[in-house]
Amino acid sequence: MNSLAEQKKIRQLTDYISHTLPRPCTIMEVCGTHTMSIARWGIRSLLPPELRLISGPGCPVCVTDTATIAEALALASMPGVIFTCFGDMLRVPAGDQSLAQLRTEGHDIRIVLSPLDALELAVDNPGRQVVFFAVGFETTAPLTAAVAESARMRGVTNFTMLTAHKTMPAAIAALLPGSAVDALLCPGHVAAVTGSEAFAFIPRGLGKPAVVSGFEPLDILVAIAYLVRDLASNKATLTNCYPRVVGGAGNTTALNMLQKVFRPCAAVWRGLGKIADSGLYLRSAYADFDARQRFQIFAADLTDNPACRCGKVLRGEIAPYDCPLFGGACTPERPAGACMVSSEGSCAAAYQYGRSNPYA
Amino acid sequence: MCLAIPGKVIDIDSAVALARIDYNGLAKTASTMLMPEVQAGDYVLVHAGFIIQIIDEQYGRDLSELTRELGLL
Ligand code: SF4
Repeated sequence: MNSLAEQKKIRQLTDYISHTLPRPCTIMEVCGTHTMSIARWGIRSLLPPELRLISGPGCPVCVTDTATIAEALALASMPGVIFTCFGDMLRVPAGDQSLAQLRTEGHDIRIVLSPLDALELAVDNPGRQVVFFAVGFETTAPLTAAVAESARMRGVTNFTMLTAHKTMPAAIAALLPGSAVDALLCPGHVAAVTGSEAFAFIPRGLGKPAVVSGFEPLDILVAIAYLVRDLASNKATLTNCYPRVVGGAGNTTALNMLQKVFRPCAAVWRGLGKIADSGLYLRSAYADFDARQRFQIFAADLTDNPACRCGKVLRGEIAPYDCPLFGGACTPERPAGACMVSSEGSCAAAYQYGRSNPYA
Repeated sequence: MCLAIPGKVIDIDSAVALARIDYNGLAKTASTMLMPEVQAGDYVLVHAGFIIQIIDEQYGRDLSELTRELGLL
């Protein structure tokens, strides 16, 4: 954000936004990488106070519900199992437990950077059962699908997945009507896979402007300027402000792989509850790789800290600072709620980059 | 977690569907399974070990077009 030309662009865009904003408005983003970029670059401090930027259910770690974490804990405790997950899932608290804690108790829980690594671990350890905790949105689900397909083609029999993938459109459609949200900043990396057209229902069906945006400060400011332009002229359109990565139709190979391996299903989101067709379940042809079918899972009925406000944060109803635990009983070192775990969680981003960025 | 990182394809081993990617001097492999049309020299977006998109490296052009449309230069 340093060059003179960039600074001039930033000034132009923030002036445009201030002058064009017709009334107090709220823009929601639904992508953890946006949450982090906005906090990190202090974007809120560049905008007029009448323009609120809030975070929605855009962090896959945060939206994974406690019952699913309980299933993960049950699987990870089974003798002989090597449980694998992305690093962020390790510290998500469920009741007074977490995968990280099970690991210190001696259970074999390993962090992987790619689901492919989990499959290789299974190939390298034929005497063990390897389970991969598959979370993530449309950006990540095709990878899991590709790994299931690889496992099938290679005849790997000691590899399964605990799937908890979620898909964005149904959740946005459930959350937006009746909310305070006037316009939506759509997730660029989800759109890189789904194509921008996947978000066309927001202007068409819900009557709210939407932009697909990248993650650099200028990307985000351009995207906000387009939303403000629509809000000022009472129009609702979809603009693709990330054309260098996002096409209209997305990555068709990835989408075909997703369709081949998964079918839509209802999913429970932390903070939003159960939403029809917002999750993905393995099709019966891939049932061999479904950990829920291979193992009898005795998941404990765990309850969250009653003071945690993650649900309200994920619905954009309160700012992280409004949670009574924020910064005290809940910090990134000792998270009490899911939104404080991943650096892309709203609470973690707010904690890390401080109050200097006015949130509301 | 949905972070996707840009890199440049060095070469491809199509027998195993793996590409070597250069991330600013650091080379690592990524699967081409979800982007089989990728070629050496392409700029790509990599997410959790898979190439998910090819990047059109025209950031400046994109930005100018978008801001011009807003009536800004
Ligand atoms: S501060 Fe912690 S407990 Fe409160 S909402 Fe955020 S993550 Fe949940």
